[in-house]
Amino acid sequence: MADESVKPIVMPKWGLSMSEGKLTGWLKTAGDKIAVGEQIVEVETDKIAGVVEASDAGVLRRTIGEVDAVYPVKALIGVIADASVPDSEIDAYVASYVTPAADEEEEEEKSAYAFVDTPVGSIRYAKRGERGDAVVLVHGFGGDLDNWLFNIDALAAKTTVYALDLPGHGQSTKAIPENGLLGLAKGLLGFMDALDVERAHLVGHSMGGAVSMLAALEAPQRVQSLTLIDSAGLGSEINADYLAGFVSASSRRELKPVVEQLFADPKLVSRQLLEDLLRYKRLDGVEAALSTISSQFQADGKQRTVLGPELKGFDGPILVIWGEDDRVIPAAHANALAGAKTEIISGVGHMAQMEKASRVNELVLAHLGV
Amino acid sequence: MARKISMKQAINEALDLEMKRDPTVIVMGEDIVGGAGAPGEEDAWGGVLGVTKGLHAKYPGRLLDTPLSESAYIGAAIGAATCGMRPVAELMFLDFSGVCFDQILNQAAKFKYMFGGKAKTPVVIRAMVGAGFRAAAQHSQMLTPVFTHIPGLKVVCPSNAYDAKGLLIQAIRDDDPVIFCEHKNLYGHETDVPAEAYAIPFGEASVVREGKDVTIVSYGLTVQRALEAAEKLAKDRIQAEVIDLRTLSPIDWDTVVESVESTGRLVVVDEANPRCSIATDVAARVAQEAFNALKAAPQMVTAPHAPVPFSPVLEDLYIPTADAIAKAASKIASHAIAA
Repeated sequence: MADESVKPIVMPKWGLSMSEGKLTGWLKTAGDKIAVGEQIVEVETDKIAGVVEASDAGVLRRTIGEVDAVYPVKALIGVIADASVPDSEIDAYVASYVTPAADEEEEEEKSAYAFVDTPVGSIRYAKRGERGDAVVLVHGFGGDLDNWLFNIDALAAKTTVYALDLPGHGQSTKAIPENGLLGLAKGLLGFMDALDVERAHLVGHSMGGAVSMLAALEAPQRVQSLTLIDSAGLGSEINADYLAGFVSASSRRELKPVVEQLFADPKLVSRQLLEDLLRYKRLDGVEAALSTISSQFQADGKQRTVLGPELKGFDGPILVIWGEDDRVIPAAHANALAGAKTEIISGVGHMAQMEKASRVNELVLAHLGV
Repeated sequence: MARKISMKQAINEALDLEMKRDPTVIVMGEDIVGGAGAPGEEDAWGGVLGVTKGLHAKYPGRLLDTPLSESAYIGAAIGAATCGMRPVAELMFLDFSGVCFDQILNQAAKFKYMFGGKAKTPVVIRAMVGAGFRAAAQHSQMLTPVFTHIPGLKVVCPSNAYDAKGLLIQAIRDDDPVIFCEHKNLYGHETDVPAEAYAIPFGEASVVREGKDVTIVSYGLTVQRALEAAEKLAKDRIQAEVIDLRTLSPIDWDTVVESVESTGRLVVVDEANPRCSIATDVAARVAQEAFNALKAAPQMVTAPHAPVPFSPVLEDLYIPTADAIAKAASKIASHAIAA
């Protein structure tokens, strides 16, 4: 039986601070058949460029959003419906669509950024969702909690998600704990203590993956499962030029080619993404913090912490996700852990959770069993 | 943690953080505490527009009210700098540099070179620039080109609160004399500014808006007007790239030339008078470096070659407006859209 309902395509909300987005191009034209997960329209936010994927199947009946125009979050930019739905019904739907006001939600989200004092210093974090298991998202070297902007809301629909800025990163303390990545792992457990999170699923990206594994080995009873995305700690190879370039770049022109290595599609690196990174890198103490972490993390172009092939002492479930075109840590490391589920995503670089967010979210939710 | 504050607060915060970090940082100027000879009061006014308010109470003895003699206290600040202090001298209006120009031109700018690199002069001279304040011809000039002309000086002119804080911190940490130009009509302008200390390196322009059809280069207040112009142009489907030079000496030629190489069109906006200005400097350099990329003659939008008028109506016409900038850009870019 044909589905008679009209499904809106709306301006998405990617991350805590997004209030509007610019439509930069349609990848489909009106009349095209659409399958769930197909890429429909390109959107650029003040953080990053991305692609809206179809959450419903049908025919793209209307492309309402104009290229280069800016729309508020949840504004109607297109309509999907079955071919059998009459045009008049679609027109009526479009005419009566009201963009939900963002005000109330915005207030709530501003307070979603918070700070907590931990044994390693002040840590900034975001908390989303109120149900189910706790999930902690741990970003990589030079990143911050906004690296999860495409994931945090999707995961929060079924879990309670915490995303933090590790020490030396984002708006957390710029003092680096002793003992390298193990110090960061203990810092992560201290963060969980401070928020009374007894047990959590850890989702770590890049260096955050190694930090998550070390936390799981340090306190296995507190880690329900591990998800490792383009993770460090699974082999010795690493693109040392990337790390050195990221630490030393002080201008937009120096930083751009470095950051482009993170993505399979370098066009995703927007002006604002670079500006935000530069603003972070200019803060007093950040350069020293990054140099310290970098030297603890790798030496002579090799990762210093290689875990596996078994995580002895941790027997919870492990999912490993990798972007096939990762230019920072090779995708071959995905098979390093015996007994882990492995998923390689094609057409994606080091920032798999940003470049193919919907797939990563789906995999993580399935792994968590929620 | 970032929050919105005004450019005036951002400058105060930069001074506060650097005075806290480095005991050699001192502040000198007219009325910055409460008037020469006064003991200083906890709630002193803090300069003619209150930029240094609150600092006297926090750092007693390190803010010095000076007599009304610019050549004396600018000279004293420069001398203190050569002897190991990091003074920030507030010249109030850059127009007053006339009476202390020898100290800046022949002393501060020359020491490093005339003493074989052995002398350093880490002095910052902060001063208000620009028109639109109804303060007449002697308190409204944009004299940035005069100082940019002099080797040995660094010249900074921020367009917003975030840049003002990071550039002033860099200016204080810099070992060369820096002329720090604050547009008085931007003091109330608010942007997101982190509470922590951060330094923005000199010689790095900021691309404040990306576009493919025309490059608009400016600094100071007129960056905000260029952004307004870019909004207007976008409605006519002209995508303007807006570059904020931030520092005029050193200047980031690479960012400007690269941008013009991709857009093929240049509009330079300068609130200074048109002859021998930042506008002529940028236009000439682009003509030399990117001649083959140019699809149209570079356009300059500047103040007229006349003193700033006291009549408010004329003064408003004097500063480059968003409309004038948009018009200059459309003139060279509109045919690109038709094609």
